[in-house]
Amino acid sequence: MKRKAKGIKNQTTIQNFITYAIVIAFWVFIQIWSKAGQMTSLLNGLLVPICTYVILAVSLNLTVGILGELSLGHAGFMCVGAFSGAFFTKAMAGAIPSVGIRFAIALLVGAAVAALFGFLIGIPVLRLTGDYLAIVTLAFGEIIKNLINVLYVGKDSRGLHLSMKDVASLNLEPEGEVIIKGAQGITGTPKASTFTIGILLVLLALFIILNLVNSRTGRAIMAIRDNRIAAESVGINITKYKLLAFTVSASIAGVAGVLYSHNLSSLAATPKNFGYNMSIMILVFVVLGGIGNIRGSIIAAVILTALPELLRGLNNYRMLIYAIVLIAMMLFNSAPKAIEMRERLMEKVKGKGKGAA
Amino acid sequence: MAMLEVKNLSISFGGLKAVDDFHVSIEKGQLYGLIGPNGAGKTTVFNLLTGVYKPDAGSIELDGVNITGKRTMDINQGGIARTFQNIRLFKELSVLDNVKVGLHNHHPYSTLEGIFRLPRYFKVEKEMDERALELLKVFDLDQESGYKASNLPYGKQRKLEIARALATDPKLLLLDEPAAGMNPNETKELMDTIRFVRDHFDMTILLIEHDMKLVSGICEKLTVLNFGQVLTEGETSDVLNDPQVITAYLGE
Repeated sequence: MKRKAKGIKNQTTIQNFITYAIVIAFWVFIQIWSKAGQMTSLLNGLLVPICTYVILAVSLNLTVGILGELSLGHAGFMCVGAFSGAFFTKAMAGAIPSVGIRFAIALLVGAAVAALFGFLIGIPVLRLTGDYLAIVTLAFGEIIKNLINVLYVGKDSRGLHLSMKDVASLNLEPEGEVIIKGAQGITGTPKASTFTIGILLVLLALFIILNLVNSRTGRAIMAIRDNRIAAESVGINITKYKLLAFTVSASIAGVAGVLYSHNLSSLAATPKNFGYNMSIMILVFVVLGGIGNIRGSIIAAVILTALPELLRGLNNYRMLIYAIVLIAMMLFNSAPKAIEMRERLMEKVKGKGKGAA
Repeated sequence: MAMLEVKNLSISFGGLKAVDDFHVSIEKGQLYGLIGPNGAGKTTVFNLLTGVYKPDAGSIELDGVNITGKRTMDINQGGIARTFQNIRLFKELSVLDNVKVGLHNHHPYSTLEGIFRLPRYFKVEKEMDERALELLKVFDLDQESGYKASNLPYGKQRKLEIARALATDPKLLLLDEPAAGMNPNETKELMDTIRFVRDHFDMTILLIEHDMKLVSGICEKLTVLNFGQVLTEGETSDVLNDPQVITAYLGE
């Protein structure tokens, strides 16, 4: 009996290590691929975005899959992280000359600011559930994006200046520098993000989320998801754990944002990168990979980010194929017949040899 | 002193007085039954006791501590655990994890200790596993500890709910129609289990039930609720032979 309980625990540990191994294998594969000179510049440019999207998908899965609440404002937290991180890197250019160190601290800053936003937004928002929660998070995501679009921040010898109007109203000294220029955003962020850093951050996000899920805290969060009333009746603090999950999720999205912003020389909050389209795209990764299935989110994010670019050669058929892949993946993941077929296949594989799995 | 002392408890929804001037006094170690026709307000009483609803009037004292109007989680930590009429398990979690959620407040470690797998995580998790398996063994569920809770057969799901409630280490256990949907054999087994829980855990139990065989078989005292009001109370055999009670159930 005891062996049984231990067996389950070992199984989750093994599953987690498989997930880490897949990520590391992907990194090794890309390294070999580029050493062999097979990388096109198109593919090279995709690597950091892929890591960004994987982190976003994994973090949203914490809210949607583990906490069980539909959030459509995830891009908003990414946006907060991106801007606070890039702002830090730019503003501290004089104080900390090393780009690497600035970037490392920027990651922490992005995580902290996004966590703060997640916490503050979570307080009112998490009183709602279901569709209502989805709509309100969508609205908050848009508010964040639009606020950043009118935000002007400048720096001179007297310190930081903030305005919501225009550059002139910042009242900067002549040698002062405007860091966030409203709709133009931040320009000239050093390109510090690399694929290796991206993969390390993916691993870190996975480490935090997988360990969180398999702990006392994670159990409490999943208990709330499965039955709020019962969770309350056994003494679980609903508000605390909902807020905790939401904040961690936002914070990790913030890290993805910092990674994203340090991959671009100019960062602006457009509907395309931080709007609800992005939030929904992240949600598509999560739903497609399987709600609550962290490894699935990773695979879905990689495939769906890489696919449209890889199919560029097919021009007009590109989006058609993308759509077909979406449908096929959806069916493969959730249609009862497909699941049956998958299980049969698994049994066959297991029958042939245990090492095959 | 009574383990549970309820006085003048009332709540109305709109114009309906769902529970009106309810009172009950349960001694430590007692097996107490709350019965009444459908819609009499029995489950509402449970919801008032566990803080799901805030009473309009009245007081609830558990072991001498006033818990009126407190939050559900605080009331649970104060010592009341319950099961539900329509089973409410954590469906996607394993049987073992269901009980471990019940142990949540008694075996703490911080979220950071959990994420970074510090030594306390392993120590406390081990304690939890042992305690949870002990509890599951009492209910003969230890063989199924790895199953998903929703995959258990109905009778075992009911048992798991009781095990989960007991994991919170309560002073008073509320069972809401534990025998609902069970066949006579299962009911008989359940009666033994309830008696066993009372003796083994030194528990005070208040239960709602429609199955008169179970009620007359294990309850020492009864309160009959009708239209939100206490119709009568007393020793089980007296109450069940009271003509008023028979009228309430069967009509004139």
